[in-house]
Amino acid sequence: MMEVDWIWGLGGGLLIGLGGAVFLLGNGRIMGASGILGGLLDGSGRSNAAERIAFIGGVVLVPLLIAFSTGHAPDTHVTNNAAVLIGAGLLVGIGTRIANGCTSGHGVCGISRLSLRGIAATGVFMLAGILTLAVLRQLMGVI
Amino acid sequence: MLRILSALCAGGLFGTGLMLSGMTDTAKVQGWLDIFGNWDPTLAFVMGGALIPMAVAWRLTAGRRPAAGGSFPAAPHQELDRRLVLGSVLFGAGWGLAGLCPGPAMASLSYNGWQGLLFFTAMACGMMAAPWFSRHLDRAAANA
Repeated sequence: MMEVDWIWGLGGGLLIGLGGAVFLLGNGRIMGASGILGGLLDGSGRSNAAERIAFIGGVVLVPLLIAFSTGHAPDTHVTNNAAVLIGAGLLVGIGTRIANGCTSGHGVCGISRLSLRGIAATGVFMLAGILTLAVLRQLMGVI
Repeated sequence: MLRILSALCAGGLFGTGLMLSGMTDTAKVQGWLDIFGNWDPTLAFVMGGALIPMAVAWRLTAGRRPAAGGSFPAAPHQELDRRLVLGSVLFGAGWGLAGLCPGPAMASLSYNGWQGLLFFTAMACGMMAAPWFSRHLDRAAANA
């Protein structure tokens, strides 16, 4: 299974980067999922709300169309623990907005322009994630 | 109109890439972070794949203007502040906890059940509350 997973990963990754390239070269904007959504929600992105909504529409609806037309949606293995989902969602929402970026903005777009802030943020959130798994899964066995 | 079409197209590519790469599978994302367990390297291939077109795109911005008008983002500032670090720590903890970050949370909304919807709702609430936290953080820094 691992042998094909990396090919799908690489191919999907190229599409992600292509999306970022279109948003940059077309709209002149950095493709950061948390910034695009967060700016809509806290009102700071009101001046270009239409293109934010269009971007989010594409992100949500194209996978829906693919799943619908192929009759097959990928497994997400998402937890059924509501407390974990709420806690994690709050942390991701607050954290990405305070840090001004997530895996797409700081990770993909930041690293590819060799931004020190992007590289540092990516290193920090990866380390925090690794630590979370190490403690909560490997040591305590709760997630 | 061009801006809307371009944004829709970018979002579609982004969502499709997230779906096909396996990044909406929380087991693969947590597997990447679980270096002391059953480690899954897929995310490295996704990130590597995504960096290639993006690095080319940044090169292409030199001496040009965006196709739909306006201007390209200014050069990033280089200082690392407490917001960047603290925010990234909180984000990373939440990312590890559920295996979802903002992009995949949106891309998988249609097939991630009530769980995906609950995560997304909590994330949206967090994003709306974030400016309040940011102001608090700044005030604490000013008083320190």
